[in-house]
Amino acid sequence: MNFTPPAIDYAALSPMIVVFAAAIVSVLVEAFAPRTVRRFLQLLIVFGALITAGVLIILNAGTRTVTGGGAVVIDGPALVLMGTIVVLSILGAALMAERSIDPVGDAFAARASSLPGSEDERQLTQRGYLQTEIWPLTLFAVLGMLLFVTANNLLLMFVALEIISLPLYLMTGMARRRRLLSQEASLKYFLLGVFASAFYLYGAALVYGYSGSIFFPEIAQALTSKPSESIVVFIGMGMLIIGPLFKIGAVPFHQWVPDVYQGAPTAVVGFMAATVKVAAFGALLRILYVAFGGVRWDWDPLIWIVAVASMILGSIVALMQTDIKRLLGYSWIAQAGFILVGLAAASPAGLESTMFYVIAYGFATIGTFAVISMVRDANGEATNLAAWAGLGRKSPLVASALSLFLLGLAGIPLTSGFVSKFAVFVAAIEAGATWLVIIGVIASLIAAFFYVRIVVIMFFAEPTEQTASVVIPSAFTTIALSAGVAVTLILGIFPQPVLDMLSNAGLFLR
Amino acid sequence: MTEFPWLTAIGVVPLIGSLVVALLPKSKPTLAKQIAMFVSLLVLGMTIAMALQFDGKSSEPFQFVESYPWIPAFGVNYSVGVDGIGLVLIALAATLVPVTILAGWRDIEGDQESEGSVKGYFALVLVLEALMIGVFAATDVFLFYVFFEVMLVPVYFMIGRYGGPQRSYAAVKFLLYSLLGGLFMLAALVGLYVVSIRELGTGTFDFLSLVGMDIDPNTQKMLFLGFFFAFAIKAPLWPFHTWLPDAAAESKPGTSVLLIGVLDKVGTFGMIRYLLPIFPAASEFYAPVVIGMALIGIFYGAYIALTAKDMKRLFAYSSMSHFGFITLGIFVFTSIGQTGSVVYMVAHGLSTAALFLTAGFLMSRRRGSALISDYGGVNKVAPVLAGFFLVAVLSSLALPGMVSFIGEFLVLLGAFERYIWVGSLATLGIVITAAYALRLYQKSMTGPLNPSLESDGITITDLKGREITALMPIAALTVVLGFYPAPLLNVINPAVDWTMNTISAVDPEPTLSGEGSEQ
Repeated sequence: MNFTPPAIDYAALSPMIVVFAAAIVSVLVEAFAPRTVRRFLQLLIVFGALITAGVLIILNAGTRTVTGGGAVVIDGPALVLMGTIVVLSILGAALMAERSIDPVGDAFAARASSLPGSEDERQLTQRGYLQTEIWPLTLFAVLGMLLFVTANNLLLMFVALEIISLPLYLMTGMARRRRLLSQEASLKYFLLGVFASAFYLYGAALVYGYSGSIFFPEIAQALTSKPSESIVVFIGMGMLIIGPLFKIGAVPFHQWVPDVYQGAPTAVVGFMAATVKVAAFGALLRILYVAFGGVRWDWDPLIWIVAVASMILGSIVALMQTDIKRLLGYSWIAQAGFILVGLAAASPAGLESTMFYVIAYGFATIGTFAVISMVRDANGEATNLAAWAGLGRKSPLVASALSLFLLGLAGIPLTSGFVSKFAVFVAAIEAGATWLVIIGVIASLIAAFFYVRIVVIMFFAEPTEQTASVVIPSAFTTIALSAGVAVTLILGIFPQPVLDMLSNAGLFLR
Repeated sequence: MTEFPWLTAIGVVPLIGSLVVALLPKSKPTLAKQIAMFVSLLVLGMTIAMALQFDGKSSEPFQFVESYPWIPAFGVNYSVGVDGIGLVLIALAATLVPVTILAGWRDIEGDQESEGSVKGYFALVLVLEALMIGVFAATDVFLFYVFFEVMLVPVYFMIGRYGGPQRSYAAVKFLLYSLLGGLFMLAALVGLYVVSIRELGTGTFDFLSLVGMDIDPNTQKMLFLGFFFAFAIKAPLWPFHTWLPDAAAESKPGTSVLLIGVLDKVGTFGMIRYLLPIFPAASEFYAPVVIGMALIGIFYGAYIALTAKDMKRLFAYSSMSHFGFITLGIFVFTSIGQTGSVVYMVAHGLSTAALFLTAGFLMSRRRGSALISDYGGVNKVAPVLAGFFLVAVLSSLALPGMVSFIGEFLVLLGAFERYIWVGSLATLGIVITAAYALRLYQKSMTGPLNPSLESDGITITDLKGREITALMPIAALTVVLGFYPAPLLNVINPAVDWTMNTISAVDPEPTLSGEGSEQ
């Protein structure tokens, strides 16, 4: 039997190859390098690999190709999404690299395998052991996300989904403080995530059974050419999109979001909240626009329901939260609903607005979690809102930065959040979904209430004894925070270059 | 000289000024005030220079026009320009800002209730001035919306950080109400944009292009509601007014002046500038409802003002009543009524400023109490203060000779022209206005000196130089424009005529026949 290896465009795949190689090296460093130089080497590898990948993505600008035997597609939207993921990962990694905030060292458990509260753990902490296993995990997760947005068939997309998920499950459980909370979140994330993956696989099998192909363009062809539409394929599609919808955290696949936001180390939350959303929306866009682009009317109602449920439930439940990380988790669920409003338009405007929204949201999120990691009291991070009272008087700059992000998330003009919201609403009304926009507007108002509430607590309340203080971070967090502020303002005031970039990126390669 | 970007310059100067003030060290509060004062006077000077070059006979709808692409992807331009209506409202803003800065000179410092810094307040005032100028100058609807929304942020902090004990509640209430309106306007704005794509091929927010469109009446009705909702909350019209009394009662007098005197005019300005020309059919359709709301507002506001115990709340409700008149004038679709409305906006800005500032001076002498029952017989100990208060009260009740009289008279005339019964009803409102205004003056200023003043160990001193300097220009403008309104009417009339032509509205022919007619 003759086997012809598929032609592989190494130049187009180079960003993934670099990240993958770096991840392998990172594992080896973790195993063999002496403790003293390990952190230095790891940071060198991570930032070096991510920056190289970013440069390679820029060099690939304009590439539109399908490679790897049709499994990987590199086109305009994919490059934009990959670039966004890499830049956000650099900032997220900067948050994780921070060691000046916590007096003990970094935010991660001395040894993730030691039992919480055990003698073992106490001794490790006392000796000041700092592990660096977070770095290879980060690189693998980034690799998974890069594959997720470029996967052109159902199987590679599944593999990518798992490469993203497994490191993230672990990273969620690695918090140094409040480890039980962290591990509980990790377990919950894992169990529900596995469930979602299983749905995806089942859906993939059904779709394959109908169309006879795992490749997105061929599925699209099968859907248009076959005379009778089969119910099987739509059940399959519905189960298929559960995978990305779970990663997005849209209702009803959202239960893990608040727990993970609250329990995971703050730097990890910042990293994953920003990047995974970009990747998951990229994958969802590709499934729906490429594979099922011809049967928009069959999936639109599904997305509508999910969007409305996410917007309403996220906003309302966020109103009752007292923990800022949990609150931001629910706020994310609502934001996911807004993005889905744009996605449901199934038009070029829908594609552009969705991508603009995830980019804007990603940077604001990194900035928000940078601030949260800096606000501390004697027990570590002070995530209870009561500890934020009067913070605006103690640290006006940091509180103002957070207010900017929150007003941005609330959609006040001159911030990136407003342009995003405007763009998705335009896409939705153009597509005739005016009623969806009206629900979006109402949800925005509810959402504005809790964003503003945090601003009120910080600026209008008197500081009390409980009020936390802001720790001066090292350059790592400062860079991430400044980048968040800068992008939120620039995308709000001069969004044109990014909008141009998105419209030049064109459509998905079919 | 037409090349000079007047409007941008007038907007940028306070913005730079606010930055300078914000960057000053906290230890130099006086310098912050001096710089703020200087900047606001500079803006006033530039505004006067611009106004002198305004051509009242120009056939162009807008003057001092500038336009640059901003977000071409959404057809958004940075486009500014003024007609007579925009010009007088910018002038009003530019006049009231230095007045409030001077009047609020000592309001911020040494106040235990407030927590913000002195420089912070004055920086916010200057930011707000820039945004107010922007909102009246924008000729791109998107740009207008941006100013309209961003304006909330400085006001929110001005109420929430510098104000009375309930300031946080009032600030949040204000913000949420305004955001509610703003978000519905956003939905309508997006809808308007999509309509413009269908009608014109490319999407645009350019005001004149939008006016030129022929939107299907049913779409108009939907979009109208989105915009109207925002403007009605801003103005505020009954029943969207409940945020105003709280905001007014908890704010510093200076904040209230800018909030009610200028900012709320954005609501009525938006109606006459955007609602009528862009949605003429819908405006006509909804006119009876809006007029009904305006009439209810006139009486409801006046009635509550009649029973109010708190001066600041009284002013807020009386403003609501006045906004009823302004809205009425706009929606009777007569040129006299609309001219009257614009004059009324200016007059109301001046009278509100006079009321809040004089009352503020009075209250600062009695530990900030706003209760009318805490005063009485003030004219015996502080005749100058009482005099200014009288002017303010008379201006509020639209005594002939005050500029507010001209506004109110023209509005009523316009209403009579169109619907006699509406005019007659609204006229009754004047009576209640007179009643509550005079009652306020009588209770607080005349009669024997309130014995509680003595028992509390408070002596009411008369106004000092700075306070008189702040009030003088307002009182002077009120009276001068009252006797000689020509400069105001000359710039407003062409703008109103343009609006009337655009919506193809015709002033009704006089219908009275017989002895009364000119035959």
